[in-house]
Amino acid sequence: MPSAETLGEKKIIIKGLNKTFTTGRQETIALMNIDLTVPSGEFLCIVGPSGCGKTTLLRILAGLESATSGEVKIIQDNQGLPLNAMVFQENSIFPWFKVWDNVAYGLRMRGISRQEERETVAYFLEKVGILEFKDYYPYQLSGGMKQRVSIARAFANKPEILLMDEPFAALDEQNKLLLQEELLTIWEQNRKTVVFITHSIDEAVFLGDRVLTMTARPGKVKAMADVPIPRPRSVEELKGDAQYRDLTKQIWHLVREEVQRGV
Amino acid sequence: MEEKTSQGKKHLILSILSPIMILVIWEVASRLGLVDRRFLPPPSKIAVSFVAIVADGALFIHLKATLFRVLAGFLCGGIPAVIIGIIMGLSGSIRALIKPLIVITYPIPKIALFPLVMLFFGLGDVSNVLIVSIGVFFPVLYNTLGGVTSINRIYWDVASNFSARGLKLFLTVALPGALPSIFTGLKLGIGMALLTTVVTEYVGAREGLGFMIWFSWQVFSVGEMFVGIVVISLIGFVLTTLIERLERVVIPWKV
Repeated sequence: MPSAETLGEKKIIIKGLNKTFTTGRQETIALMNIDLTVPSGEFLCIVGPSGCGKTTLLRILAGLESATSGEVKIIQDNQGLPLNAMVFQENSIFPWFKVWDNVAYGLRMRGISRQEERETVAYFLEKVGILEFKDYYPYQLSGGMKQRVSIARAFANKPEILLMDEPFAALDEQNKLLLQEELLTIWEQNRKTVVFITHSIDEAVFLGDRVLTMTARPGKVKAMADVPIPRPRSVEELKGDAQYRDLTKQIWHLVREEVQRGV
Repeated sequence: MEEKTSQGKKHLILSILSPIMILVIWEVASRLGLVDRRFLPPPSKIAVSFVAIVADGALFIHLKATLFRVLAGFLCGGIPAVIIGIIMGLSGSIRALIKPLIVITYPIPKIALFPLVMLFFGLGDVSNVLIVSIGVFFPVLYNTLGGVTSINRIYWDVASNFSARGLKLFLTVALPGALPSIFTGLKLGIGMALLTTVVTEYVGAREGLGFMIWFSWQVFSVGEMFVGIVVISLIGFVLTTLIERLERVVIPWKV
């Protein structure tokens, strides 16, 4: 058992995590022996080749999937608040709810008062810059705006940790950059523990405090890199930063080995 | 934009034109004796019978009886179908339990059950409405079930991630997600309700549009028969339009 002092600092503890999928008689090992500790308030990015199990890892953290063996623990600091909220890849906001009702979803499921809902939802809609669209239906929104709704929905639920599964993958380059910056701005004001999955090494280095590289299936921890670039970060400054270039290059080498191994 | 509205106008005129053309050809053909006037009297003659039936109040009585059976059957069949459909969609075990019964009973022509139903409930509205309800039940049930099971998995994941359970899950995911399919089912159901109502009225009623058509066949009053057919098609048109209106109100997110 970890001691009381270290408990306060650690937010996510994963020990010896294994996940095996069984389809018929065939067994697929998705995750193998994952050990990972995420300190409170850290922005952790996970990269790795397609099919390496990073989404599975996230779904286990989200409670949408169960581990085959091993320990997964999210430390709860506030009783009564949800353990996690997830931002999904795309089109995860309910088409039948208006923007406001989508963002209020988690609060309503927890039976939060209307008063608190009004304050919280308005606050986060304002933060992602779509308060004026609160009465729109998703079909009236662009892809970027939909993902803003999804991000606001996750933050509004005030979870212990935020899980993001390639939330910007479907966006065009300009919108992607904008949303990355906006996400960092909100995050810097709230300092939630974030686990962020992405294909993009640039994105991982730009956003993360640390970047975890996973191996091709079966997914294992291949390397963990610190990103010592000071915050607040901006895309324009970073593009010319030597440290940023070196780090992305270094991580790309790691990922490339795995992609080639997987082919 | 302007081009679009003028295009729309053109289409509207065309869609009114086609039935009028048919009526004119029919009228001329019938008057010239190109078709047998006993079986296909000219539309103007049918209009005269129409006025006569309206004037003596008979049409109103038949219309009322038919409308009652259609609507009662539609509600008695449709409401349980939506509820059972959603429950089956939500629970795999309940689906496994009920599905075989549905699959076996679905292909039975509902009218084939009419004599059996009349053994139990006698001649009268109970028997008619029951048959109509059964006719409505199946298309609504199948579409509702299909609607729930085809809801994108990601919405269930989101609901689960935000701890939605029980009634809240039903109201925020299952019902709204299935609504478009439910309305498809309701539109099919209203057609089914009309069909089964008219057929049960052929044999099992003393009033109603189906009875009117059947009776006018027996006494060879072809004009009246056509009036019945036209009024039934109008009922179908009006009810379907009403459901489509309702659909637009209930499903504002559907484009």
